[in-house]
Amino acid sequence: MAAPVSGGGRLCRLAWRRRAGALHSGAQPAALGREPGKVAAAQSGVAPWRAVVGLEVHAQISSNSKIFSGSQVQFTAPPNSLVSFFDASLPGTLPVLNRRCVEAAVMTGLALSCSINKKSLFDRKHYFYADLPAGYQITQQRLPIAVNGNLSYTLCVGAKQSQMVTKNVRIKQIQLEQDSGKSLHNDARSQTFIDLNRAGVGLMEVVMEPDMCCGEEAAAAVRELQLILQTLGSSQAIMAEGQLRVDANVSVHHPGESYGVRTEVKNINSLRFLARAVDYEIQRQIEELENGGTILNETRAFDYKLGCTIPMRDKEGKQDYRFMPEPNLPPLILYDAKSLPANIDDQQVVNIDWIQERLPDLPSVKRVRLVEQYGILPEHSFTLLNEDGLMELFEDVVRETQMNPKKVIGWVISELLGHLKQYDLTVKESPVNSLSLADLLNLLERGVISSSAAKQVLEELWKGEGKTPLQIVKEKRLELIQNQRELDQICQAVMEGHQEEL
Amino acid sequence: MLRAALREVSTALKEGQVSPTELCQRCLSLIKATKCLNAYITVTEDTALRQAEESEKRYRRGQSLGDLDGIPVAVKDNFSTTGIETTCASNMLKGYIPPYNATVVQKLLDQGAVLIGKTNLDEFAMGSGSTDGIFGPVRNPWSYSKQYREKCGQNSHLENEDSSWLITGGSSGGSAAAVSSFTCFAALGSDTGGSTRNPAAHCGVVGLKPTYGLVSRHGLIPLVNSMDVPGILTRCVDDAATVLGVLAGHDPKDSTTVQDPFNPFKLPSVIDVGKLCIGIPKEYHIPGLSSETLKVWSKAADLFENAGARVIEVSLPHTCYSIVCYHVLCAAEVASNMARFDGLEYGHRSNMDKSTESMYAATRREGFNDVVRGRILSGNYFLLKQNYEKYFIKAQKVRRLIANDFVNVFSSGVDVLLTPTTLRDAVPYVEFIKEDNRTRSAQDDIFTQAANMSAFLHNLGGVRNLCLKNIQVLLYSRQSLTSDLYKKIYVNLSKEYGFKVCIWEEASNLPTQGPIQERAEKPSLQVCTSTEHKWLQHYFLTGNAKPDQI
Repeated sequence: MAAPVSGGGRLCRLAWRRRAGALHSGAQPAALGREPGKVAAAQSGVAPWRAVVGLEVHAQISSNSKIFSGSQVQFTAPPNSLVSFFDASLPGTLPVLNRRCVEAAVMTGLALSCSINKKSLFDRKHYFYADLPAGYQITQQRLPIAVNGNLSYTLCVGAKQSQMVTKNVRIKQIQLEQDSGKSLHNDARSQTFIDLNRAGVGLMEVVMEPDMCCGEEAAAAVRELQLILQTLGSSQAIMAEGQLRVDANVSVHHPGESYGVRTEVKNINSLRFLARAVDYEIQRQIEELENGGTILNETRAFDYKLGCTIPMRDKEGKQDYRFMPEPNLPPLILYDAKSLPANIDDQQVVNIDWIQERLPDLPSVKRVRLVEQYGILPEHSFTLLNEDGLMELFEDVVRETQMNPKKVIGWVISELLGHLKQYDLTVKESPVNSLSLADLLNLLERGVISSSAAKQVLEELWKGEGKTPLQIVKEKRLELIQNQRELDQICQAVMEGHQEEL
Repeated sequence: MLRAALREVSTALKEGQVSPTELCQRCLSLIKATKCLNAYITVTEDTALRQAEESEKRYRRGQSLGDLDGIPVAVKDNFSTTGIETTCASNMLKGYIPPYNATVVQKLLDQGAVLIGKTNLDEFAMGSGSTDGIFGPVRNPWSYSKQYREKCGQNSHLENEDSSWLITGGSSGGSAAAVSSFTCFAALGSDTGGSTRNPAAHCGVVGLKPTYGLVSRHGLIPLVNSMDVPGILTRCVDDAATVLGVLAGHDPKDSTTVQDPFNPFKLPSVIDVGKLCIGIPKEYHIPGLSSETLKVWSKAADLFENAGARVIEVSLPHTCYSIVCYHVLCAAEVASNMARFDGLEYGHRSNMDKSTESMYAATRREGFNDVVRGRILSGNYFLLKQNYEKYFIKAQKVRRLIANDFVNVFSSGVDVLLTPTTLRDAVPYVEFIKEDNRTRSAQDDIFTQAANMSAFLHNLGGVRNLCLKNIQVLLYSRQSLTSDLYKKIYVNLSKEYGFKVCIWEEASNLPTQGPIQERAEKPSLQVCTSTEHKWLQHYFLTGNAKPDQI
């Protein structure tokens, strides 16, 4: 197998682009003309390749305490400061299920149109690793809490990325499980340090069927999942903090033939890298096969510096996880309104219907509402939801101004968001809040200032000096001059000052 | 005084005939005098005297905590005890000092009991002789009895005392020997396949194996989670009932404990077994059964019959599969439970530092004995993907059949099953070690472990077990725990006929779902920081670094 050499990643990436481009050049992307995942063979005359991508997404459950112990869950805490005896696997300790984790999984399952299993089971998955103190992970292999769901996500396609295409990916299952600790390797001193703060944090593993066919689709699906989780509050799903981790299963085959051997790409910690890792892996497999090679069923890691995937050494060889039922946890029984026994302690049961009734509006519903209520374009509704807090900001501004929402959206997206992107800031960190933007737009709407003056004011606001738009307008004398005499005087002055030109 | 039953000595304490400190000191000196029995791994003299002193203060103030206040008790060395070494008789845990108490230990201490020591066992409770721990075998106190000496006198070759001593049975042999030699008034054991009942039978004390789920396993270092039950060893059945009353009940830390409230009870003194139907399982009449045991078995049946009970033969057709089934399930869970002993967090760590994997391997080779390693190896084999259906799943199905045997018999109108506990009386150590641990366990657990397997099943109700020296009685009922019928049986056997009784308490509703904990904003008390606990301070690293380098 040709191991990617240093720098190869970038080259491959270019090749993949070029080739993909070659396939579609000429053939203008007539309505979805671009068929993602269908890749031309290097030599003409050979059947094209089709890529298949499935995902396993681990989402850390947002909860006060861990899934089977009373330790606190917190991202930034001194190493080994949030470790109960159970988390450190002291002999004789037993797991006790955290209700919040169950509810988070049920909520997520319902939001993804899963059927919720009223009875689910826990299993032990065995492997030796320094950051897995018990030598096994408690998970749900045989009978997970939710199965058979669906996730709709939307891609922007077309020359200007202006066409929206909605796609579906089937959710195979959602299982509850424990997170592992963290290993910190110091190669120079050949030491490994173990931090167990994360050990035992609740995870939802969302398994997606191989219904995607390129990195872009995978990234879009995960982005939609991320938004859903954040809307539900079942996970904070911040990828940079490891709260959302994605493993991608990738294979390629010729249409009409059975699926190829798949590889699993692990350690992907951003959406951008997900897209790149998947596309790289597709390209690598195609090249490998076209060069007469074979694909090994292996685990690979994405090296974001090199931009390529490389085989993971410590996961070599076939692992036999020796699954067995977790004997210390009886079956997890959930109830609905129909099956709920009378006279039962509410604290001891989880009621699916109760959770269903309290589900918040999902991102897809919110988008439809935005389009209907404000008359904005669908792609703008996506932008509003994609940026954390932007939708709220937009709606606040609309509420505070007389300006038409269709005009407001332009200011929010082109001007405010454009600025934020330029300085790599989040909406929360924005020096311009909804109130000052609303003030500014009101000045514009009332004809106090011109559109270009408004942009100038926004520039000033951006400095974050705490001035109101009106103050800035006054200081900079940016008002539109309504007084005829004043205008006459100005004109007169200009002409007098430029006698030669005249 | 030391030979008294718990209830008697409790009365003596209340009446001031003896002080807790005096009682504790007497037990401690008897422990020293009987050191040759090797019943204790750790004698907690200092803490015991301190606890006795506290108890004494309470008595003086007239604020006794109850029947157990000031009573010396011993605990098998596979229950976690705060600040007291807990070894499981294994190199792996030598020097391991748990930072928490097992729930059952805590309950005893909360009642004012004085913990005088941790008792010997087979390594990780794997064995039926209490001969296979790193601290050496436990000697049966009856080896030094007049009866046994006389018996040995007849066989001249056994005259040499050093070679004629008897094993205690196991794996809770240390606890049985401790109670039997009067060094404590009650002891905790554990019972997975007969580990409490077997040594109780051999040492002539009461061994109570409560129904699975009635008593918390939190803090009991597991052998087989789905069969382990904390056991109670006492000198009479009233005492066992008293201790059970303290230990039983739901524990939020053990999701497999029954959630129904448990009401402690006292045994009454009125008796009538006239309406009882006693079942004698024909499958228990097997070739290895000694003529002596057979004789006692018949005598016990006669006792019932003479008292007016109906005695009939019954069938438990799957009995013969129970041992092999047990071995598969036991090995599988052992392989899993032992995976945590990797030398990183606690316990033994090998000096091997070539790689993490080589350190694991060396640690586990040095830490576990052959018996433990053998079970880990076979357990992992049974759990391999290609074998799982063939062994584990099949064994689970057989387990259900075995349990159904009991259900069928008991639902046919039988109230009680009467069976031997072991094939024969305790044998001399020199005899016992002629066979390996596995063979011995297979023989010695034959009458006991089917009950461990059935006890886990839902809706089985209770299987209760009595034993007269070597005889156990299995009881079953859908009736409530304190129904008159059972009171009558206990009393009949214990008081009227002077039987040594071992009861099984009924868990009327085993949990069909785990308790779900709503957690407060603040983490529970279990949380600790690395600076608070030594075991965490030395946590980490593989490769070349030694803990002190960190």
